[in-house]
Amino acid sequence: MIHLTVNGSDYALDVPASSSLLDLLRDQLRLTGSKACCEVGECGACTVLVDDRSVNSCLMLAAEADGSAVTTIEGLATHGQLNRLQDAFLATGAVQCGFCIPGQVMAAQYLLQVNPRPTLAEIKEALSGNLCRCGGYEQICDAVLSASEADR
Amino acid sequence: MHPFAYARPTTLSAALALLDEHGADAYVLAGGTDLVVELRNRAIGPTIVIDIKRVAELRPLISQTGDQLRISATAVMADVEADARVRSHFPALVEAAATVGSIQIRNRATLAGNICHASPAADTAPALLVYGAELNLASARAPRRMRLAEFFLGPGKTALKPGELVTSIDLPLVTEPHGATFARLTRRRGVDLATINLCCRVDAGGRTQFGYGAVGPRPFLVADESGLLANPEATDVARDEVLLRLLTQASPISDVRGSREYRRAMLLVMSRRALRKSIDRLSAIRDSPPGGKGGAAGSA
Repeated sequence: MIHLTVNGSDYALDVPASSSLLDLLRDQLRLTGSKACCEVGECGACTVLVDDRSVNSCLMLAAEADGSAVTTIEGLATHGQLNRLQDAFLATGAVQCGFCIPGQVMAAQYLLQVNPRPTLAEIKEALSGNLCRCGGYEQICDAVLSASEADR
Repeated sequence: MHPFAYARPTTLSAALALLDEHGADAYVLAGGTDLVVELRNRAIGPTIVIDIKRVAELRPLISQTGDQLRISATAVMADVEADARVRSHFPALVEAAATVGSIQIRNRATLAGNICHASPAADTAPALLVYGAELNLASARAPRRMRLAEFFLGPGKTALKPGELVTSIDLPLVTEPHGATFARLTRRRGVDLATINLCCRVDAGGRTQFGYGAVGPRPFLVADESGLLANPEATDVARDEVLLRLLTQASPISDVRGSREYRRAMLLVMSRRALRKSIDRLSAIRDSPPGGKGGAAGSA
């Protein structure tokens, strides 16, 4: 039995040792925003925050999250209201097929948390672990830049 | 994944007892960025995975004792990159740690795990080698210390015995002025293994060391004690002669990241560049006032 907080709610769950955090989020909690894609930590589609640090949830065992606070893409909006970063993704047309976007947003969320005024180069570095097969990197970077304090 | 038991001991003695009991069937989990991939690919099938992140003795993550900096087995790349003491004393290690994987990987992957995985292309190995890293190993029997240079035996193979655990990496503080540089050749930036990685360190006393990765079955260390490489007056021809002699220890293979011939050619080019940058950094330190920030901390 592990205890963890996901998007502000507390859970006590039985998980097999061989379950990843991504399995727990998608299959047990039905939070399917985090995507199962490469499952080797190269595409970033499963990115979530664990204790305020961005991680690939496919590379973490669920048991390792015992006692942690996890934030997924589903946890960014408050009362149905998207946050500033999510709004920026919509406004700049950064979302094409959408598959990579939860991971991109969570990686960007972490960046803005540790560096509220990133340069374009810092945004590219921060998102280098998130692949987009549509090739919408320019709009994605624009979205992050426009959501940052540098744009206020 | 094959089924396995998961244990999260809170003391070192409990962790070592588990390791002793299960021997080669036990795998140690720190960051998991390599281990979980191997579990999922069924490349390994341990009966138990021992998570060492809550072991009390493996804190603090980074500490300074006397004339060395100790990096615990649970310190992740992001911790290493952010630590002011590492940044000021071992800037080339910071440059290396900052190239591993992606931000998400660096938030989980440990420095010790990078070493224990023993990939020939481990990005932090060349820097740790030129900084003279030593490992502290613990087991249910006697603890021991080992120079990192003796730890790598081959791809994925280390001198760790069943039941043994790397508890920390010690880096001796270098008192002699020196300049160091990490360099890496990849097909693209981010989440790609190195085609070549290396670290160069030039000491004021004239010794020059190079650590090399991805150009042999294990990362290795070579040195020029003649003072020629460090001599700013030396000709390029004379330097190349010494570099080529040091590089005879490299035995690159052809793979998806580059051919043997390409690696050989680029080894010389990258060694020249890293040497020049290290000499420049050493001069910058010599020109800066004593007690200053230590000019070796350049940006990559």
